Amino acid sequence: MSLYNLTVHELHNKLVKKEVSSVELTKSVLARVEELEKSVHSYVTLTTEDALAQAQRVDEKIAAGEAIRPLEGIPVAIKDNMCTKGITTTCSSKILHNFKPPYSATVVNKLAEQGMVMIGKTNMDEFAMGSSCETSYFGPTRNPWNLEAVPGGSSGGSAASVACGEAIYSLGSDTGGSIRQPASFCGVVGLKPTYGLVSRYGLVAFASSLDQIGPFTKDVTDNALVMNAIAGHDALDSTSLNYQPEDYTKALVNDVKGLKIGIPKEYYGEGVEPAVRESVMNGIKLLESLGAHCEEVSLPNTQHALSVYYIIAPCEASSNLARYDGIRYGFRAEDAADLIDNYKKSRSQGFGEEVKRRIMLGTYALSSGYYDAYYLKAQKVRTLIKNEFEEIFKKFDVLITPTAPTPPFKLGAKTGDPLSMYMSDICTIPINIAGIPGLSLPCGYTQEGPIGMQIIGKSLDEATLLRVAYTFEQNTDFHKQRPNL
Amino acid sequence: MSYEIVIGLEVHVELGTKSKIFCNCTTEFGGAPNTHTCPVCLGMPGVLPVLNKTVLEYGMKAGLATNCKIAEFSKFDRKNYFYPDLPKAYQISQYDLPLAADGHIDIQVNDETKRIGLTRIHLEEDAGKLLHGEGSVDFLDYSLVDLNRTGVPLIEIVSEPDIRSPLEARLYLEKLKSILQYIAVSDCKMQEGSLRCDGNISVRPIGQKEFGTKTELKNMNSFKALEKALEYEAKRQIELLEDGGKVVQETRRWDEARGVTVAMRSKEEAHDYRYFPDPDLVPMVIDREWVEEIRKGLPELPEAKKNRFIEQYGLPEYDADVLTASRRLADFYEETVKGFNNPKVVSNWVMGELMRIMNEEGKELEEISLTPSHIVEMLQLMDKGIISGKIAKTVFEEMFHTGKRAEAIVEEKGLTQISDEGALVAIVEEVMAKNQKSIEDYKNGKDKALGALVGQVMKATKGRANPEMVNKLIKDRI
Repeated sequence: MSLYNLTVHELHNKLVKKEVSSVELTKSVLARVEELEKSVHSYVTLTTEDALAQAQRVDEKIAAGEAIRPLEGIPVAIKDNMCTKGITTTCSSKILHNFKPPYSATVVNKLAEQGMVMIGKTNMDEFAMGSSCETSYFGPTRNPWNLEAVPGGSSGGSAASVACGEAIYSLGSDTGGSIRQPASFCGVVGLKPTYGLVSRYGLVAFASSLDQIGPFTKDVTDNALVMNAIAGHDALDSTSLNYQPEDYTKALVNDVKGLKIGIPKEYYGEGVEPAVRESVMNGIKLLESLGAHCEEVSLPNTQHALSVYYIIAPCEASSNLARYDGIRYGFRAEDAADLIDNYKKSRSQGFGEEVKRRIMLGTYALSSGYYDAYYLKAQKVRTLIKNEFEEIFKKFDVLITPTAPTPPFKLGAKTGDPLSMYMSDICTIPINIAGIPGLSLPCGYTQEGPIGMQIIGKSLDEATLLRVAYTFEQNTDFHKQRPNL
Repeated sequence: MSYEIVIGLEVHVELGTKSKIFCNCTTEFGGAPNTHTCPVCLGMPGVLPVLNKTVLEYGMKAGLATNCKIAEFSKFDRKNYFYPDLPKAYQISQYDLPLAADGHIDIQVNDETKRIGLTRIHLEEDAGKLLHGEGSVDFLDYSLVDLNRTGVPLIEIVSEPDIRSPLEARLYLEKLKSILQYIAVSDCKMQEGSLRCDGNISVRPIGQKEFGTKTELKNMNSFKALEKALEYEAKRQIELLEDGGKVVQETRRWDEARGVTVAMRSKEEAHDYRYFPDPDLVPMVIDREWVEEIRKGLPELPEAKKNRFIEQYGLPEYDADVLTASRRLADFYEETVKGFNNPKVVSNWVMGELMRIMNEEGKELEEISLTPSHIVEMLQLMDKGIISGKIAKTVFEEMFHTGKRAEAIVEEKGLTQISDEGALVAIVEEVMAKNQKSIEDYKNGKDKALGALVGQVMKATKGRANPEMVNKLIKDRI
């Protein structure tokens, strides 16, 4: 198998045993990038020279007989909404097309401390607003399993790059499903951690109370390894939890005996394609055969999650994105007559349609006279949804649902219909609303592309998610499939 | 018709913490533009605020010193508006759950105590500064942005509409400044913008219960400007009503040069700030023990200190009021009394000479080299009869300007008092010989003539003669 198709832990062993060098590995991945970028287009920016230089340093370390850490020397892709000092960070938006941050995000610093080899910054829906990667100013990313289909979004580039070997692992961000849904579409493992477990410092904000960074990997073991590197308290993020994370590799146990799995019926209803339902149910049956207790449950407030999300997220976004005003950095319209005209023109020309739609939604919902009816009401329903999950987790260890209601859909299929696009996140959004962790892993394949299963856990119980996912993986071979590209 | 003026003030005070409210940048005034900044206060994409604990502590001090209740639960909100001095396009402030509320301070108006209610005190971040048409950028057709001030912590103190005249408004602001300086949460320098005041003012016929339509006044950059602007605006509103017109609810700017208020924007043009809780900052549950600790740590406040000065030092209320207006001055006074135990004499010198020279030279107490021990030594020289009161004034000025000790000045300049009879007799006799008319006048019952003679002797000795002795010598010779 080509180097680029291997996992982090496999490659780490090869590096340690000196069967392969980090430079060789990096070159293998860069060659894959060269080969596939025209068709897949995972990246907005490539950092080829830095990657090779860093790989060289790691090799020198290995040659000197020094121990290397699990992620050291392994090529990674970073979603282009995480700040990288001196390296363009665009959020796939025209308004930040030339923005070079003067600082790095905490996760980027943490991975740098682990000796990462960064290949580049990945494509995404503009400001992470979208479920298909089609709202990117730099053009869409395509699904490596089906070039006619979308890779999902918003972290489409991060998911696709891992799926086709343009990176060994990657980081994405998830506000309403932006890690899990593309993980599902691209046949990789994607984890959205508990809100506050991974620092948001340096993640360009979309919806601050929902955004969370997490890993894309080829298997569950890699996911645990990346979580070990990025999880933990950060004094620079007030919403970061004061929590000392465990060693997540300890959760990699092939055993679900006695585990209680809830199957919330609302996540299998209308709009969920039969192929998806079937694959996920087969997965549940497998876990049941391995000793888990599975039981249908009901989460009636789930039906309100999408409405709540489309109030809270745009409200926060309308404020978070107000700083892009053409004054200090990024795109500025050239023909502005005065200050107000500059604001209007820079923002009208700098933002894409979907971003403008959400800014308008949020601005409206926060306006004087509407606040109580929208934002405040949404916050109250949010509490109800949270409580509902808390209640159900008194009886169950995890919940299992489809990650997305459909396999990957065709490019352009939903771009003209925002509501149908929004429905693509129907199974993932409630998890962000509640702030709890959710993991997607492949559980089936169709003509259109992969299908993902979502495992939902209680707050800060990533370990159990990883355990269930690991057990599933050890007894199936979905994670061993690679796209034929 | 007679009208009543109704005023409420909104005061912004920069807190004197070392670092900014949500990042580690210095709060120091000045500095080359945009040097006291970091990605956080520049509002770069992806940054997050972290609350400076000292800001919260200072805010609580201000609340407790003005008799407010400290909230048990408080939070930060975003106030959204576009302006180039606001890099995030929202200001982190507090909307419906301020840190402190429901307080009051007392002011002295015409020998009567009047209580002004405080609606609330909340925390927020300052914005930056725009430079246009100033100094070297005068010729530019664009404006420059300096974000050094962005993120400097502020408290906004909102009064109830309890103020009934421009004078009361000034007294309120002075008292507020004094309290905040006492508790050392701010230097309250209006000229540097660390104390800023906006006013809401309306008028109504005496006896009417409903408030009239108010206007909001901005750009009042000194105590004098505040009083003048409110006077002007009250007069403007009254004249408008007298002429059968109506006051329009609007924001007006005080034009210092022209001495008028000018309309800035109407109520319809007011911003919709779209306040909502800042999701980047967690709500605060304020520990009651911490509040009590801060309350116990508060220093003696102006009101209490004034009463103590009256009682302990037997000072007139006026003196006590002046001396306790600032904590530094009060400390200076007490330190001096410690060395020279005649409170009234010390008060006269501090309120007289010291404040006169400081006012003339526009100096603050912290800027001068004169110390209480300087004054103590000078008063001791006077007490021992080594220098006269008149000479003491000369010595005082010299001490003030050079920082030299009184004794050294007296020695250097030969200013000791002449109490030697032998040395004075010749001068006295010479003066009497030249002023026969005064002697005649005195003999004819004009007591003042004696003073004139003594004055001549003092003049001839450059003030060094012992006036009592001169008096006696002249009388002996008439």
